[in-house]
Amino acid sequence: MGRIAFLNANAAVAEAALVAGLGFYAGYPITPSSEVPERLSKIMPEKGLPFMMMEDEIASINACVGATSSGVKAMTCTSGPGFSLKQEALGMACMLEVPLVVVNVMRGGPSTGLPTRPSQQDVMQARWGTHGDHPIIALSPCNAQEAIFETIRAFNLAEKFRQPVVLLTDGSLSHLHTKVYIPDPEEVEIVDRTQPDIDPDNYYPYDYNYEVPPLAKWWADDGKSYRYHLSSLIHDKTGFPTVNPKYTQWLLERMYKKISDNLDEILKYEYYKMDDAETCIVAYGSTAEAARVAIDQAREEGVKVGMFRPLTLWPSPEEQIKDIASKVKNVIVAEMNLGQYLLEVERVVGGKVPVYGVNQAAGVLIRPSQIYDKIKNPSKRAEIGLTDEELKRFGGGE
Amino acid sequence: MAVDYTKYLRMDKMPLYWCPGCGDGIVLKCYLEAIDELGWSKDDCAMVSGIGCAARVTGYVDFHTLHTIHGRAIAVAAGIKMSHPDKHVFVFGGDGDLVHIGGNHLVHACRRNIDVTVVLINNWIYGMTGGQHSCTTPPGAKASTAPRGSYEPTIDVCHMAIGAGAGYVARGFAGDPTRLKKLIKEGLEYKGFALIDVFSPCPINFGRRNRLGDPAKLLEHMKSFLVSSAKAKRMNEDELKGKFITGVLHKDTEKPELTAAYKDLIEKAQASDEYWAKYAKGTLTEDDKYKITGEELKKLYPYDVETPLKEWKKL
Repeated sequence: MGRIAFLNANAAVAEAALVAGLGFYAGYPITPSSEVPERLSKIMPEKGLPFMMMEDEIASINACVGATSSGVKAMTCTSGPGFSLKQEALGMACMLEVPLVVVNVMRGGPSTGLPTRPSQQDVMQARWGTHGDHPIIALSPCNAQEAIFETIRAFNLAEKFRQPVVLLTDGSLSHLHTKVYIPDPEEVEIVDRTQPDIDPDNYYPYDYNYEVPPLAKWWADDGKSYRYHLSSLIHDKTGFPTVNPKYTQWLLERMYKKISDNLDEILKYEYYKMDDAETCIVAYGSTAEAARVAIDQAREEGVKVGMFRPLTLWPSPEEQIKDIASKVKNVIVAEMNLGQYLLEVERVVGGKVPVYGVNQAAGVLIRPSQIYDKIKNPSKRAEIGLTDEELKRFGGGE
Repeated sequence: MAVDYTKYLRMDKMPLYWCPGCGDGIVLKCYLEAIDELGWSKDDCAMVSGIGCAARVTGYVDFHTLHTIHGRAIAVAAGIKMSHPDKHVFVFGGDGDLVHIGGNHLVHACRRNIDVTVVLINNWIYGMTGGQHSCTTPPGAKASTAPRGSYEPTIDVCHMAIGAGAGYVARGFAGDPTRLKKLIKEGLEYKGFALIDVFSPCPINFGRRNRLGDPAKLLEHMKSFLVSSAKAKRMNEDELKGKFITGVLHKDTEKPELTAAYKDLIEKAQASDEYWAKYAKGTLTEDDKYKITGEELKKLYPYDVETPLKEWKKL
């Protein structure tokens, strides 16, 4: 049996990574994510697992790429500025098609921004932060318990699809302690990368016959040694660089297809009181918890409102959002930024119904009252939901 | 006995990508000879490289190979070595790749003394991108970005590595393959971080701009900067100005190697009866473990979504 614990989402992510089979961690300190390596540093040596604090954010994700390429489940964790620094190597992991989990505890930006305060400003960066065409999977849990479940799922998806997965939490969620259940590995579904059944001499890391070619551990559990080449350049089936237009197009399209053909497995979302809803709130992460309260309150007054909560932000649940747009009168996207996922929802809704935003990038959580007001009066701009008295306590700005 | 190089190379990937007169092939040959003399199995060897001409080596050698992004090969290698301490891990790369953009990783790998052998092909130039000047381009030498000659001072990579704490530091020369092989072999055998800085000619992108397009002439020119460690002992400070000493420059047999140090830490941690040791082993107390019912769990997670829990997929 697993354990009950009182944890914040950072510690929860660390615990869940171990449940999922984490074999290597490398990181660099950054607020508000540092509890992840702090907790792992207490447990990983005891379990005989390598744990490293590297010289910078870039080194830490690169060390993870090294570990995962050789056959070990790896994770790194960071926040805003560190996520920017990791982008190039995140793209390398996409290109090599190696499993990797990158946790980004979103804090206020841009630049150094608000190190100790929550935001959801890295949603688009998670999708398009690294250069070039590439697919990405990004997950967004709404509380510590879900952070445990979603971390395990992040590892599973990464291993199954040879794909880096970004786990987006935020500075508030990551420090909010709640009661959680940490399952034992036996209690959950754990996916390990498929080891090829072909012998090493006939193995190709990018075999044209697969949508997701098996990624051989360099030193397989059965003692076989798979020597092959992985390159961050556009490559052929052997992993060797090529500029052949046919294989280039094929590779990039396959990388997209392995995600778009498997949306059933990758997408995850929640419908909350949506059955008869005329207004749909789209919210994710911490903001979804505020939306839930606002919806309950509005429902008591007979307002037909519900929530669509994507747990998988990328790829976006297009079909589901389209379906909602055909049933409701308006859509409200609530998020702690100036309108990022809003753009994606607008794109998918395609002008069928009006899309409004509750957009706050003030370094504080969106309050239920702000969402409630928006439900009542969608076209009115949502103001910062703090009284003058409350604002005074933050100091500064005079 | 002659070495069968084809044993170590992916012959289907030939011909090599390098220009005529390039030193990379000589260095690779020395390196393969060293591996062969050590009798190491290809199956136990992993090689990482970044981006650049020298970094293309990983495509040709029949090891576990990883061709990564510019400057980060040593960090990638650290991840592999820490995950597989019993395997041999190497890095091949150029001066622009490993010292200029990737300098921070080099410094800290030296400090950690992690058992990775780095062969640095130092050709004084960014060769692949067309001859831009790097941190090792001699002052006054012309480059595509220094048409009037470089005005920047250079770095002595070996001094830096010694200062940063590398266990084994040597400098070799592509024009002296017999000694180079010995230096590489000693570096491979060394348990800890080994850096072999190899002066190697780039006649196309360094030489031609500096009236040294003839590979033999360029080798002679490079050699004029080099002094053997034996000879250097007899030279005074003034005479050594602007010179680079070859041979084994530093070897520390006392400094602990990183994966060995981590192994000690693991053993201590596992033997300890402190809180976190018990926590990790799951032997804290029986009270630490609860039987939890579906109903109780549902209170913790009241959402209408699937969980990874086998027993209660949907709570």
